[in-house]
Amino acid sequence: MRYIRPLSIEDAVGLLAGASGTSAILAGGSDLLVRMKGGFVEPDLIVDIKAIAGLSEIRETADGFSIGAAVPCAVLGENSALKKAWPGVVEAAKLIGSKQVQGRCTITGNLCNASPAADSVPALVAAGAKAVVAGPSGKRTIAVEAVPIGPGKTSLSKGEIIEAILLDSQAPRSGDAYLRFIPRTEMDIAVVSAGVNLTIDEHGVITAARVALGAAAPTVLLVAEAAEALIGRKLDEAALERLAKVCAGACRPIDDKRGTIEFRRKVAGVLARRAATTAYARAGGK
Amino acid sequence: MNFDPRFSGRKFASVGTRPIRPDGIDKVTGRARYGADFNMAGQLVGRILRSPHAHAKILKIDTSKAEKLAGVKAVITAADLPDLTDGDAAMYDVLDNCMARSKALYDGHAVAAVAAVDASTARQALKLIQVAYELLPHVTDVDEAMKHTAPLINDTIFTEGLEEKPVKPSNVTKRSQFGHGDVHQGFGHADFIVERSFKTEQTHQGYIEPHACVANVSSDGTADLWVCTQGHFVYRQHCAQLLGLEASKLRVTSSEIGGGFGGKTHVWAEPVALALSRKAGRPVKLVMTRDEVFRASGPTSATSIDVKIGARKDGTITAAEATLRYSSGPYAGTWAEIGAMTAFACYKLDNVKTVGYEVLVNRPKTAAYRAPSAPMAAFAVESAVDELAKELGMDPVEFRIKNAAQEGTRSSYGPVYGPIGIGPTLEAAKTHPHMKAPLGKNQGRGMACGFWFNFGGQTCTDLNIGMDGSVSLAVGTVDVGGSRASLSLVAAEELGIAYEQVKAVVADTSSLGYNDMTDGSRGTFSSSMATISAARNAIKILRDRAAQMWDIPVDDVVWENGHAIAKGEKYGNLAALSLKEIAAASGKTGGPIAGHSELVADGAGVSFATHICDIEVDPETGAARVIRYTVIQDAGKAVHPTYVEGQYQGGAAQGIGWALNEEYIYGKDGRLQNAGFLDYRIPVCSDLPMIDTQILEIPNPNHPYGVRGVGETSIVPPLAAIANAMSNAAGVRMTHIPMSPPRVLAAIEAEREGRA
Amino acid sequence: MAGVAVSTTINGDHVEYLCQPDETLLDVLRDRLGLTGAKEGCGTGDCGACSIILDNRLVCSCLVLGAEAEGRIVETVEGMAHGEKLHTLQQKFLEHAALQCGICTPGFLIAAKDLLAKNPDPSEEEIRFGLAGNLCRCTGYDKIVRAVQDAANVMKGA
Repeated sequence: MRYIRPLSIEDAVGLLAGASGTSAILAGGSDLLVRMKGGFVEPDLIVDIKAIAGLSEIRETADGFSIGAAVPCAVLGENSALKKAWPGVVEAAKLIGSKQVQGRCTITGNLCNASPAADSVPALVAAGAKAVVAGPSGKRTIAVEAVPIGPGKTSLSKGEIIEAILLDSQAPRSGDAYLRFIPRTEMDIAVVSAGVNLTIDEHGVITAARVALGAAAPTVLLVAEAAEALIGRKLDEAALERLAKVCAGACRPIDDKRGTIEFRRKVAGVLARRAATTAYARAGGK
Repeated sequence: MNFDPRFSGRKFASVGTRPIRPDGIDKVTGRARYGADFNMAGQLVGRILRSPHAHAKILKIDTSKAEKLAGVKAVITAADLPDLTDGDAAMYDVLDNCMARSKALYDGHAVAAVAAVDASTARQALKLIQVAYELLPHVTDVDEAMKHTAPLINDTIFTEGLEEKPVKPSNVTKRSQFGHGDVHQGFGHADFIVERSFKTEQTHQGYIEPHACVANVSSDGTADLWVCTQGHFVYRQHCAQLLGLEASKLRVTSSEIGGGFGGKTHVWAEPVALALSRKAGRPVKLVMTRDEVFRASGPTSATSIDVKIGARKDGTITAAEATLRYSSGPYAGTWAEIGAMTAFACYKLDNVKTVGYEVLVNRPKTAAYRAPSAPMAAFAVESAVDELAKELGMDPVEFRIKNAAQEGTRSSYGPVYGPIGIGPTLEAAKTHPHMKAPLGKNQGRGMACGFWFNFGGQTCTDLNIGMDGSVSLAVGTVDVGGSRASLSLVAAEELGIAYEQVKAVVADTSSLGYNDMTDGSRGTFSSSMATISAARNAIKILRDRAAQMWDIPVDDVVWENGHAIAKGEKYGNLAALSLKEIAAASGKTGGPIAGHSELVADGAGVSFATHICDIEVDPETGAARVIRYTVIQDAGKAVHPTYVEGQYQGGAAQGIGWALNEEYIYGKDGRLQNAGFLDYRIPVCSDLPMIDTQILEIPNPNHPYGVRGVGETSIVPPLAAIANAMSNAAGVRMTHIPMSPPRVLAAIEAEREGRA
Repeated sequence: MAGVAVSTTINGDHVEYLCQPDETLLDVLRDRLGLTGAKEGCGTGDCGACSIILDNRLVCSCLVLGAEAEGRIVETVEGMAHGEKLHTLQQKFLEHAALQCGICTPGFLIAAKDLLAKNPDPSEEEIRFGLAGNLCRCTGYDKIVRAVQDAANVMKGA
């Protein structure tokens, strides 16, 4: 096993592209080290990306925010501009594991771990976030929902690294929110979760919406029908009812140690409803 | 020596105060040494290979490749732990559990072990051991295991305790029965009868420190074992027996212990570490991973319980009956028996009958967990009692007061009670402000009672007085939660000196006579008795030395407030001699001054508690949160009240976790699916409110200070208290523990549909 | 496996060590440096018993590689007291009996230190959520929360 800490993204890409055997990218390590401890993975090469310039920064750009792949989730909560623009995304990031885990884990790692229950992913999908992928053939930018393709699997190819997550500036009269269900109050994995991002007009009518569900299918679900249930209306009881029903119906969950199919369906609707209510209020809706 | 253990009603100077514990600074600075914090020169790393199968015949174990790996110093299997148990069936089970012999009986059962120069070599070596298994059908559910069609876990077991000896083997190892009167007749006199069935899932003690030990066996048959344990003397006996060592040649030192709650009363890896050390000829350190702790160290029983209680309109219970089925893992146990004894212990009953069935399942060997077996029985009984109160239209506290056992009551398990605390805890609950506090939307209040026996047992203590007048107290009961502070207080009290003058330590097995474990709430009860006895013996010597110094008869010397006093007018001008002065002169008056004591601490007073709890339920998700909690318990006499409160709070928190979220989850393949703290959900700080406590002191007549055990009873009432609160908050009677959100939501939905 | 040479600062002292690339910082602290204050309760970041502060950030040392400590600043429970003088949190944990078995105590002390550094006047709820990454099985947390509240009051006044 080798541990290498490259100083540039090009070097990191080169190392990963040229590696034989199993290689792993280390940012926060909160998933990788657990898998190593359990003997589920024994990488031949660990590439620690934290020394690469810019990867540990949150940058405000003309279009919004660029969150470096090595930025711990705790840092997201300390960035007031980001918190103001995307409170739902920041809340989601600050729900992962514990304070200790948040001191290490990253939203990029959360995305690339490709767990259906990843907390930050539904919020990022609802927010329309994009991932900047660096690879042997250059850089490309893709929607975050295109990254996970199944539990533990991503669409990234050999040598590719996500170097940053991009969030647009939040549109006027917009708000986002994320809620998850866990049996404890902290230190848990989402049994099911919902992220909602919406924009309203001056009358409180919803003009744009994105609704994403976590732990409801093999990958995060962007539920178009849920958005349709909201767009063109105020967030009244009927809209919320419809939203909950559509979300419950869109779920394709499993029975496992964390919850049952029935429970996940019902609670997906409940959470979507509650998250939509918070997002609507954040957008200025009454 | 003669020791009078009777309660004397004395006034206390030290006992009942709240000084800082003697081991405190080491524990807040990181210096205290726990199981895994000790190392020996040249030590190897031990690791255990475990069965991934719930039930399988072990056809062959090939260790040759592992043995050839560079850095591997020993590989062992059951062949290296030959059967020396000489017909002792219980010890044979312990041996088989430490290292599977012919069959793997649960997911996590040890089948082989290695000692290597480092952890990664040891891990690699485990992968090179090839085990050929023949898979057998398995059963993990207690009710399923009782069916005639269930796979047999041990075909040599025929149910004990039946009137006729059974002809077919069974997974039920034993039937036991308790009670008196005629329940059939009693139910005939009842105006209301409640009959319910309950289930509780298996939980783990959840101590934060995994099992850890360092073993060092010499070729001359002597050995040392450093280990985190609740009972190093018992570990010594068990390890010596299993390894064929002489007990006195195996010195066991108990490290600081990072939680046990019953789970560190049983040897798991220690005999394996000793066997590895013996084979390798080097010290071996063996530390379990968290995954191993869950898969292979002792959880409590899963249960299935039927309860029937009948009462007259006036609220008098006329009969009570329960059938209790407890899983014991793949080996025989007595867990249902204990459950059957405790089930109705809170009540005064003319007609009562409880029947227990011990059931084998393909799960880890059941071990004690804080008041073992009592919480499940109390959950069933106290839930049914609440339902019956509802049917009678009586307040649940009043109903319990009316039927509470009292001094002179014949208990449901046989003995007649002395002075007990069930009535007083209920009266205290009735008038507690918590009972009258307003409740909000989706909130409900519940209460429940609990009982635990408390043990006494064999105890040995040494009290040595230094020439500077300081006192060292060597005890043999492991300190699991502050008992060194309590026992120092007791020594100070009896000698009449300051707490700060006493230093208590837990002695190793070569330095003190045999002591039973710190279990059964016996640590402070029994060791305080032995400490009092040792102090009294020391006082005899102190008086004798003072008499020598004064040259007067010893009968004229009394001990008061830490001083020898010459009694009588003729000694008017003799100034009292302090302990310090007598100690300073000891070299010239006969040498060191010490008090020794060895005794069987009889007369542990039974213990009762009443808990009150408020919860809030989210009707849309089934999530429940405890928002207020009060523990009222009889301590007999609280030696160090802060640590008594700590026991009350800790037990309540464990009970809350058990009630709401903790459970072993097995897949269809018989494998444990949640062997970690992420998915085995013990309460975190934000899950709980402050836990209020009220200490009642109803003296135990069989202890000089009136002390009762306090450690365990607090885990007994919470399951039922929360279920009763749930019934009031959400309108659903939960009969399956834990009341996890999916179960609660399903019950709420079913209730809604039922009403619609 | 070739060892990784690491130069770092632990509790204010310059420390150098050689570790395996897959070795956790927790293992390095405990097994190579003799700093056994941080405990391994799970090895998977779920119990907080191995909590340390790494460059002013509270982390589980079981989820950090030893190799990652290069050039960084590590604080452990062994560095909390100044000579004989205990840190206020340590003193308050003793006074409130905020420990029974004490295995979780180093992790709680470090987490509480980090909490109070970032929020000197936390509410009970903030303390409870701030310490939710540390499991305690003995106390029910009541006395831990009270000790932290008391320490916060004393430290505010200091």
